[in-house]
Amino acid sequence: MKNIVNHMEQGKQATLGMQKNVVNQKTYSYIPYLLVGLAFGIVFVKSEVISWFRIQEMFRLQSFHMFGVIGSAVAVGMLSVWLIKKYEIKTMHGEPIVFKPKKFNKGQIYGGLIFGLGWGLTGACPGTLFAQIGSGASVVAVVLLSAIAGTWIYGKIRESLPH
Amino acid sequence: MIELLKQPWPWYVAGPLIGLTVPALLILGNKHFGISANLRHACAACFPGNISFFKYDYKKELWNVWFAVGILLGGFLASWLLMNASPIQLNPKLVEELAGYGITDFSNMIPTQLYSWDHLLTWKGMLMLVGGGLLIGFGSRYAGGCTSGHSIMGLSTLQWPSLVATISFMLGGFVMANWILPLLIN
Repeated sequence: MKNIVNHMEQGKQATLGMQKNVVNQKTYSYIPYLLVGLAFGIVFVKSEVISWFRIQEMFRLQSFHMFGVIGSAVAVGMLSVWLIKKYEIKTMHGEPIVFKPKKFNKGQIYGGLIFGLGWGLTGACPGTLFAQIGSGASVVAVVLLSAIAGTWIYGKIRESLPH
Repeated sequence: MIELLKQPWPWYVAGPLIGLTVPALLILGNKHFGISANLRHACAACFPGNISFFKYDYKKELWNVWFAVGILLGGFLASWLLMNASPIQLNPKLVEELAGYGITDFSNMIPTQLYSWDHLLTWKGMLMLVGGGLLIGFGSRYAGGCTSGHSIMGLSTLQWPSLVATISFMLGGFVMANWILPLLIN
């Protein structure tokens, strides 16, 4: 019994230690993510993925460009994930890489359609909003703030929506 | 070299680079590519209200906020150092259609004749900027992700719910661009 209590106490301390680690995580440990984002933002601008006009072309089936971008991104993503699984590649810190399966719910259809309407209207998805603002289209900050408001409204009425 | 980089990048360069974000984030720290979650983190950090959906430890997800800041800086750097002065090359059919709505300026990534601070207080501008933003934020969270989380990350890991979401995104966009938007901006 004493052993079990001791064990639990140790577990509790370990959990506390882990929480502290997360909170105290040094700012510089985030820099790699900033750099990956930076590269991503440059690609977004230079491939014109952030262009309202390119998105209009895509949805009118008038150009292959966007389908090529999304298709080849998925192909490279799939191949990378397959290689990671096959060779059991670990993270930089030596942890095994874990994948979480997504569960189906009706939100993926209803929410997906609503998001699509917004995508077709503004020519933007959450990622391109940041790149558009960075490239100097300051009015897009209004779209970003509205998107945050839209997320808040979803959180507020979530329980009463079909899922 | 710089001159080459200033040209618009073809899809077969841009797409694979975007795809590499998936393994980069996994290898850096088991992070799953997805951007719309940042909108939720913003709610959790700034105005969680008393809503259970916003009561979680968003500080564990700070990497994603830094990632988004990186995208913003990347947008700034690319348009500052690698700007291409010539206007975007579009399908002539689109140019013709847009001209019919009075959209003739193709020098920016956004149609400034619809989409600017001056238009914010007109009903069209309000509808596009505020209405569009609400649809993006509400829809992406309802769907559990956006083009990055579902269409790139989800499809890369062969998640069929992400395929359902991607098809829904495309359908919604198709309906908006072909049937609703022309009525709104005409």
